[in-house]
Amino acid sequence: MTTDQTTPQATGPIFEDPDAPEFTAYGGDWSEIADEATRLGQQRVVINMGPQHPSTHGVLRVMLEIEGETVTESRAGIGYLHTGIEKNMEFRTWTQGVTFATRMDYVASMFNEAVYCLGVEKLLGITDDIPERANVLRVLMMELTRIGSHLVAIGTGGNEMGATTVMTTAFVGREDTFRVIEMLSGLRTNNAYIRPGGVAQDTPEGFVDYVREMIPKVKQRLDELADIQLKNPIFIGRLKDVAVLDLAPAMSLGITGPMLRSAGIPYDVRKADPYCGYDTYDFQVPTSNDRDAYSRVILRLEECYESLKIIAQCADRLEATEGQPVMVADKKIAWPAQLSLGTDGQGNSPEHIKHIMGESMEALIHHFKLVTEGFKVPAGQAYALVENPKGALGCHVVSDGGTKPWRAHFRDPGFNNLQALSILTEGGQVADVVVAIATIDMVLGGVDR
Amino acid sequence: MSETQDLSGAGDAQGGAHVRPEGRTLINVRQGQFGGPGGDTSGYGGLRRVVEMPGATERPFGEWFDGVVDVLEELLGDKADEAIQYVVVDRGELTLHIAREHLLEVAQHLRDDQDLRFEMCLGVNGVHYPADEGRELHACYPMQSITHSRRLRVEVSVSEDDPHIPSITGIYPMNNWHERETYDFFGIIFDGHPSLARIEMPDDWVGHPQLKDYPLGGIPVEYKGAEVPSPDQRRQYR
Repeated sequence: MTTDQTTPQATGPIFEDPDAPEFTAYGGDWSEIADEATRLGQQRVVINMGPQHPSTHGVLRVMLEIEGETVTESRAGIGYLHTGIEKNMEFRTWTQGVTFATRMDYVASMFNEAVYCLGVEKLLGITDDIPERANVLRVLMMELTRIGSHLVAIGTGGNEMGATTVMTTAFVGREDTFRVIEMLSGLRTNNAYIRPGGVAQDTPEGFVDYVREMIPKVKQRLDELADIQLKNPIFIGRLKDVAVLDLAPAMSLGITGPMLRSAGIPYDVRKADPYCGYDTYDFQVPTSNDRDAYSRVILRLEECYESLKIIAQCADRLEATEGQPVMVADKKIAWPAQLSLGTDGQGNSPEHIKHIMGESMEALIHHFKLVTEGFKVPAGQAYALVENPKGALGCHVVSDGGTKPWRAHFRDPGFNNLQALSILTEGGQVADVVVAIATIDMVLGGVDR
Repeated sequence: MSETQDLSGAGDAQGGAHVRPEGRTLINVRQGQFGGPGGDTSGYGGLRRVVEMPGATERPFGEWFDGVVDVLEELLGDKADEAIQYVVVDRGELTLHIAREHLLEVAQHLRDDQDLRFEMCLGVNGVHYPADEGRELHACYPMQSITHSRRLRVEVSVSEDDPHIPSITGIYPMNNWHERETYDFFGIIFDGHPSLARIEMPDDWVGHPQLKDYPLGGIPVEYKGAEVPSPDQRRQYR
């Protein structure tokens, strides 16, 4: 039980040998390197995959020790996308924090906003005061994002194995979800739509119809993806019984999300510890016992269908709650302005500007105080957990009673699940490393934060 | 400025240094109207406010909390008083403040006992409380039980001079990277960790960026003739 070990092991040099030959590979000259290595008679070859490898969902460095085509040891090196989001949040108001949080896992940004806001609301003690319509809109946005994220996972996963059509089909489907998200929030990604206390905007006119039109379109893309992939012999050959993760290692590595569900545990935070009213929606949690990369693709596809079911229920509820508030009633927390959409796609609220500039001095003061200073959150700490497409996304927020977080920490499922890379790849083929990375489906923006 | 014009002398029974009551985490002692550094021209420079985290909770804790603490105390036996420093129930969450000498035993019980069964540790998060003398660094372990669908927080606090906590990677292997991250950002040394190297910052980085005395950095930006200072230099509301 000592830590005399001061030199880094995991990312540092494994041995000091100045005479060890070094090769640099760009693209297609691998055979030359292999010949050269054979000529030199080296038994042990250590290669770096990345940090700029296109198959790594960001900037991931994978250190592989190989013998021929077999991986004998692999380690992931992360940190290349660390941007200090958590530190930055300590210098902005609670509301501004959403803008930072959304940029962590940029493929599933809505979940970052949601988990942060749930944490802040718990600190404020207003969890039960969130209007129903706001919760419906949150669920809708999260499920749209879940489909988008799963489609990216499936699409880029296919692309990395050379199936470009899989990627284009998936991205077309994802674009349909983005159109709905854009109609509601004004942005495709990094929306800062979910705010402490509710959501930033109510629905524009014709929104529910637009959602209903989207559902069959996305469904068609999902059907196409299933048709072109699941029976394809190359696809099956590359994914079946590859990147196998049994239940015991999955549990001991704290794996969550589709990776854990592929090992047989139907753990889904939406069912186990419901938030935003998920317990009132009708949906299933797809689970498998196959433990391999192929089963995870199927699980992700099935989850997309389940998400579409939830979205259809959200559309009905949006009709039923038409005209209800989307922000808490407490004016000390609720952002004062409801922005309106101008002809150019963006705009202020003319009524609100008229009110604060021409009618009420107090409203102007209130607006100014809330926007520049923000609201105070009583001292304490809270933990929120949501089911992100990759697994359980946690947020630990600590307040010192001020207008800014004392500390905000995110437990990104990708960060945790990436620890399984070694166990997934060691003993396998080099080509399967790419499949293993795709099946973990982490996004380095979230891993490194 | 606000430090030198402490007019509160007569009314302040504690006279200067704040004595922390047992079972509380001191966050800050704020002076003046705005709590920030620099000149307080409001006339309220003498205001003195102590900011603390929610303090120890007395039994009954409510919900399933009593049962879990009972089981844990029973399993720890004689060591229970020493191991569980105090319990906080706040905002529907249970926090166990555990002495670091007993962390491993507590973690083992939390994972293995059938009535506890916290299979997953959702990582470890550091929090820096520079004003909380002798226990400036806190490590918070959220524990998730899938079997019972429960979550609690184990909190271990150490001083900056002796930032050692035993690593729980032997019990919860999933905490490997999380402990590396907390070491990287806070300088908490997890004894017994298989390879406690930096994970987010470069290997040769100096300092631990999430500590409160570590500057955020940034440069002033000029916009339409006016200069906007970097975020950590702007006027603060507290």
